[in-house]
Amino acid sequence: MTELRAVQTGRSLSVPRVETRSQRSRSLDVLVALTAFVVLALLPSLFGSKALLDFVIRCSAFGLFATSLNLLVGYTGMISFGHGMFFGIGAYSFGLLMQRAGVSIPVAFVAALLITAIAAAIIGAICVRLKAIYFAFVTLAFQMLIHSTILAWASLTGGDQGLRGGIPRPVFLGVDLSNHLHLYVTSCALLVLGLLLMRQIAQSPFGYTLRMIRDNANRASFVGIDVWRAKLMVFVLAAVFASAGGIVMALFVSGAYPEFAYWTISGEGIFINMLGGVTTFLGPMVGTVLLLTLNDTVTRLTDYYGIVLGIVILFFAIGLRKGLMDFAVGWYTRRREREHC
Amino acid sequence: MDLDALTGCLASPACLVTQTTSGFIIGMLLFLVAVGLTLIFGVLKIVNFSHGAFYMFGAYFAMTAYQVSGSFALAILCGALGTAVLGLIFERVFMSRVYGADILMQLLVCYAFVLIFDDVVRMVWGPEFKSMGMPAAFQVMPLFIAGGVVPPYYLLLIGIALAVAVILGVGLARSRIGKVIRAAAQNPAMVSALGINPGLIYGGVFALGGMLAGLAGALAAPVRSLTPGMGFSVLIESFIVTVIGGMGSILGALIGALLIGLIRSFGSLGFPLFTEGLMYLFMVIVLVTRPTGLFGKEVA
Repeated sequence: MTELRAVQTGRSLSVPRVETRSQRSRSLDVLVALTAFVVLALLPSLFGSKALLDFVIRCSAFGLFATSLNLLVGYTGMISFGHGMFFGIGAYSFGLLMQRAGVSIPVAFVAALLITAIAAAIIGAICVRLKAIYFAFVTLAFQMLIHSTILAWASLTGGDQGLRGGIPRPVFLGVDLSNHLHLYVTSCALLVLGLLLMRQIAQSPFGYTLRMIRDNANRASFVGIDVWRAKLMVFVLAAVFASAGGIVMALFVSGAYPEFAYWTISGEGIFINMLGGVTTFLGPMVGTVLLLTLNDTVTRLTDYYGIVLGIVILFFAIGLRKGLMDFAVGWYTRRREREHC
Repeated sequence: MDLDALTGCLASPACLVTQTTSGFIIGMLLFLVAVGLTLIFGVLKIVNFSHGAFYMFGAYFAMTAYQVSGSFALAILCGALGTAVLGLIFERVFMSRVYGADILMQLLVCYAFVLIFDDVVRMVWGPEFKSMGMPAAFQVMPLFIAGGVVPPYYLLLIGIALAVAVILGVGLARSRIGKVIRAAAQNPAMVSALGINPGLIYGGVFALGGMLAGLAGALAAPVRSLTPGMGFSVLIESFIVTVIGGMGSILGALIGALLIGLIRSFGSLGFPLFTEGLMYLFMVIVLVTRPTGLFGKEVA
C-alpha cells in the first residue's frame, strides 16, 4: 500500500512540469504548421508553374505516408514492410466510394479512413505480436495478399487496369477539387494537418510510451504498459495517416492502381525514411522531397535511373550511415559541443 | 475461380503427372535460390535482398557462354562460377561494411544493388526479352509417364537440384568445412579466436550462395525468357520459401520450395488469378502459427 502511494505522489509531482513544457512546444508546433500552410498556399501566386504545384501535391501524398511509417519505424521500432497496403486501401476505398456510392467527398474521405482503420485493426491484431524481422515478413505477406486480391477481384477493382474512368469530384463547401488550384490547397491543408496531428501523437505521453517500447519492450511491460495494445494502437493510427496519403494520391491521378498497394510503395516509404532520417520528426518529409526531386531530375536526364539512384543510396548507407536529417542534427550538436569547450 | 478444372485434374493421372512435374521444376529452381538465401541468413544473419540479381546474372552469363562456345556444360559452369566471383566481391567490398549496422542499412545496400544490377544488365544485354534456346542434346521426344508429359531436361534439372540438396546437407553436417561454417554461425568471435578468419568464411558462404543462385539461373535459361528484373519475382518467391521453411534451414528450404512449386502449378488450375495470393496466404498462416517457419529453430 505504501508503495502504491509512493508511485502516485511521484507521478503527481512530475506531471505539471511536463504539462507546461509540452503546452509551450504544442503552441509552437501549431505556429510552425500555420506558417508552413500560409507559405505553401501563397506559392501559386509567386510561381504559377503547374509542374511545381504537381510536385507539392505528390510530396503531400508521400509525405503523409512516409511520416506515418516513421511512427512505426522510428518511434516504436516496428519495421513494417507492408505499410503501403494502407496507402492502397485508402486510395481504392475512396475511389470506389466516389464512383459507386456517389457520396460527397468529405463523407467518402472519412469513410475511407474508417475502412482502413478497420482493416488495420484486423491485420494488426494478427501481426503486432510477432517480433523484429518476423513482423516485417508478415506485414509484407499481408501487403502482397491485398495486392493479389485487388488483381483477382476484377469486378470490383478493375484488376490490373485499376479504377478507371476517373473519380468524380463534386463541389463541396465551395471547394472544387477538379480545379487544380483547389486540389493543391486542399492537399497542402491535409498534409499540414496530418503532420500536426502526428506530431501531437509523437509528443504525447502515448508517444513516449512508444519510444519506451522501442528501447525496451520488456521494461515497458514491467511498468504496466500493455505493449500489444499500444503497438496495435499505433499500427492503426499510422495506417489511417497512410490512407490519407493514398486518398490525396487517388485525387491527384483521379484513379487507383494496383501499384498503390504493391510492395514497392512500402519499399519507397522505408527508403524515404532512411534518406531523411528516422530520429527527427521532419526527417521523412525531408526524405520525401529529396527522393521525389531525385526521381524527377534523374529520369529526365538518363535512361539508367537505377544506377544513379543505387549509387545515391550507397552513399547514404555506406558513406553517411544515416539519413540526412540525422546526419545534420548530429553534425550540429557536435559543433555546438566543440564551441562550448 | 475454376474448381472444376482442379478437381478434374486431380482425377486424371496424366494431368496429375504433368502438373506435379511442373510444380517440381518451379520448386527445384526456387530451392536453389532459396537455399543460398537461407545459408547466408543462417551464417551472416543478413537477408540478402539482392539475391535475385545473382539468379539473373547466372542466366545471362550462361546464355552468353552458350552462344560463344555452344557447349551447354560450359554455359552452366560459367553461370555458376561467374556469380560465385560476383558474390565474393559484393560481400567483401560492400556488405562487409554494414555488418554491425541496422538491418535497414543492410537492406538499403541490397536494394541499391538490385537497382544497379538490373540497369547493368539492361546496358550490357539490352532491355528486350532474350531466350537461350534448348540445347540440342535435350531436343528429344518427351517421356510419357502415365499419360503425362515429362521433358527429359526437367529430369536433369530435378536431378541436379536434388544432388545439391544432398551435398549441402551432408557437407554441412559432416565435413570439416561444414562444421566450421556452423560454428561461425553460432559464435563468430570464438571461431576467429581459434585462428580461422571469419571474413573468409563470410565471403565463402556468400560466394556459395551466389553460385547456387547463378546455377539456378543457368539451369532456368533454356526454359525461361531472360529479361532485366527477372530476378525479382524469383527473389520474392524464394523469400517466401525461406520464411515458410524457416530461415537458416536447408531441409526447410527444400520442403518449402516444393510446397510453393506445387501450390503454383495446381493453384494456377483452380485459382488462375489468385495463385500468388495463395502463396502469400500460406505464408501468413505459417508465420502466424509458427513464426520461425516449419523447420526453423527458435531464435532468441
